Amino acid sequence: MDTQALSVESANIARRESAWQRLQQHWSVRIGGAVLILLVLAALCAPWLGTVDPTLFDAASRDLRPGQSGEITTLDGELIKHQFLMGSDSFGRDIYSRVVYGTRVSLLVGIATAVLALAFGIVFGLSSGYLRWLDGPLMRVMDGLMAIPAILLAITLVAMWRASLVTVVVAIAITEVPRVTRLVRSLVLSIREEPYVEAAVSLGTSTLRIMFGHILPNCIAPLIVQGTYICASAILVEAILSFLGVGLPPDIPTWGNIMSEGRVQFMAYPHNLFFPGVFLAVTVLAVNILGDGLRDTLDPKMARRL
Amino acid sequence: MNVLEVRELTIALPRHADRAQAASRVSFSVGRGEIVCLVGESGSGKSVIAQGVMGLLPKGLPVTGGTVLLQGEDITRASQQRLRELRATRMSMVFQEPMTALNPVMSCGAQLDEVLREHTRLSPAARRRKILDIVGEVRLPDPERMIASYPHQLSGGQRQRVMIAMALVLEPALLIADEPTTALDVTTQAQILKLMQDLQARHGTGVLFITHDFGVVAEIAHRVAVLRLGELVELGAKEEVLKRPRHDYTRMLIGSVPTLKPHARPADGAAAVVLATRGLSKTYRHRGWFSAHREVLAAVDVNLEVRKGQTLGIVGESGSGKSTVARCIVRLIEPSSGEVLLDGEDIAAMPARRLQLLRRRVQIVFQDPYRSLNPRRTVLQAIIEGPRNYGMDRAAAVQRARKLMELVRMDPESLNRYPHQFSGGQRQRICIARALAMEPELLVADEAVSALDVSVQAQVLALFEEIRERLSLAMLFITHDLRVAAQVCDHVAVMSQGRVVEYGPAAQVFGTPRHEYTRALFEAAPGRDFAFGAA
Repeated sequence: MDTQALSVESANIARRESAWQRLQQHWSVRIGGAVLILLVLAALCAPWLGTVDPTLFDAASRDLRPGQSGEITTLDGELIKHQFLMGSDSFGRDIYSRVVYGTRVSLLVGIATAVLALAFGIVFGLSSGYLRWLDGPLMRVMDGLMAIPAILLAITLVAMWRASLVTVVVAIAITEVPRVTRLVRSLVLSIREEPYVEAAVSLGTSTLRIMFGHILPNCIAPLIVQGTYICASAILVEAILSFLGVGLPPDIPTWGNIMSEGRVQFMAYPHNLFFPGVFLAVTVLAVNILGDGLRDTLDPKMARRL
Repeated sequence: MNVLEVRELTIALPRHADRAQAASRVSFSVGRGEIVCLVGESGSGKSVIAQGVMGLLPKGLPVTGGTVLLQGEDITRASQQRLRELRATRMSMVFQEPMTALNPVMSCGAQLDEVLREHTRLSPAARRRKILDIVGEVRLPDPERMIASYPHQLSGGQRQRVMIAMALVLEPALLIADEPTTALDVTTQAQILKLMQDLQARHGTGVLFITHDFGVVAEIAHRVAVLRLGELVELGAKEEVLKRPRHDYTRMLIGSVPTLKPHARPADGAAAVVLATRGLSKTYRHRGWFSAHREVLAAVDVNLEVRKGQTLGIVGESGSGKSTVARCIVRLIEPSSGEVLLDGEDIAAMPARRLQLLRRRVQIVFQDPYRSLNPRRTVLQAIIEGPRNYGMDRAAAVQRARKLMELVRMDPESLNRYPHQFSGGQRQRICIARALAMEPELLVADEAVSALDVSVQAQVLALFEEIRERLSLAMLFITHDLRVAAQVCDHVAVMSQGRVVEYGPAAQVFGTPRHEYTRALFEAAPGRDFAFGAA
């Protein structure tokens, strides 16, 4: 008991540095964060990074090896010389440009999915954790959703709707919502027993205010961490869907689409898969490393649980 | 030769701590067959010293000076290997919380056996004999069944007996007991203290007993060492220290311990009844699909009255139902039957919408100051929340919050800080201010001073008294501590197993207890022969 009391004490001592300071000192946060910032910058500045329009193609520049130079026709019919840093695909499109523009899609899908899944998960989890009569029905629906393999569910949903950025994001988010709901619910179940929640009840605070004003702010740290994991998984799932040909339409350059198109001539031109694959792996790794770091600093209890 | 000789022990704290050293130049000794009590408030470094003696200090707290001699051998220089050998054979430890100190997935017998297997070469049969012996010696009923039981199947007192058996099975020269009775009820505590005294006298064990409770010190100690912020301020024989304390700090501590004599304030029998319960009962039903019905009678037919400007105390051990009654009265839970009359109006089964209007009039202060305030909200937000809920405009609410902070002796300028920036006592003051912001007629204090250090407890109790007097509040004071009850209550209800077994004016209940359970409680109160507080 007292060793525990002591570790709490030293934890308190450590907590005097602000959460922000501790975040900056954590190596996982630094590395993951730095890589992600680079990727975000690349996505934002894509047009100025020596790229051409990723949908441009030129039959003369088909299947170039990385580093080779060739020519490409713009939409205005102008012929420009271009160095293909990562080679070109079988249509003569610049893989480097496609990969850099693909970063936009991947990050957008990852972040949008995380935000969407968290938003719905928070509402469902809070309701089911705090309003006991809703708990049974709501959680059975979530159990049902979780019983369907996530990829299968996402494929079905995208197939039902027309494939677009929005439908892909929504489809992936739906598969993540039950997990967030469960997390929030378990947090709410323990926080609702805290005396400060009871105190709020006796102060006449409304149920809605208790849920969103008292309980939710105390769930934020684990939710941020969970958000990063969702983000990483959404980026992967989007790539998988595109690779399978059921994701975003092929005219949008995404890493999954690039790999999907390069698959047929993988033996002859492996760079078609190699570069988007590396970007995908590095992005997911960076998000996960950042998530681990956030977990260690923001939510030490969860670090022990996982 | 002394069993334990601590000389000038200095233990450093991490860089960001509030002081440089957890213990600075602490010296004391424990002789054979002697019980030395290490007394201090939280943060005094008493547990750190115990860990230092056991060689269990975490990395962040290194020993930077001095020696710890266990039968002449310096612990601070011993290797990990040597420390492992010494633990259990020559020194052992009993912790505060037996539930966490015992392994929940091993039977008690297996855990005892592990100690013997590790440190002796006895045959399985001999080990079993030894285990049965020691389990019998700590007076656990039915030893055979006990050693086959898992920790969760035993009561708190039985678990602590198992811990003591484990600590003493190899007859160590030194036993360190770190608040071993703090988590136990007062009657169980009395039994465990008696047991430890008997065993230590029979085996001649030296005991280093760590506690914050002067009642326990009076009960068990031969010598007393008083710690304050890592420094030893007083060391001497029990009688000397308790009756003629030399250091101001010791005097202040002993003066803060409430007496068992009830105060002599006459209670006005004509004062208006603010709250009354009639036949209040709460039954918890467990209805599983596959398991049998289970019913727990948490409160049965409770009839109480609290009058304006007076304090009713509910006294009882854990599980007696005293908190259930408090929570029914505040309507945090719904009573199963009976009435809760607030100014004559029954709120026991009132629907939520109507209850909302009455909530204001009954407020509660909880036990744990660290969990009673939302860590994400400032003190100001906490205090004005209630008045704002009832439509007070913000400026007026802030004005009231500032006044209340002054009333509870806190700086109104600190309203914009967060709870973690305050100590336990300060937080409890904030909780009181939050409750008072509603201008309640009845204030319920559910073990509101139990988690506080004795000196802080005295201040908060004084604050409660002052508030009751100035605002002529009715107060319901729930406590397990008879001393606290004696100090603040006009009337006392003693609860046991969900029922009120004795109820009357404090002077009568304390002076001539009629029910045998009440008498047993008084018998068990540690240090009842010492006149604390009067000093």
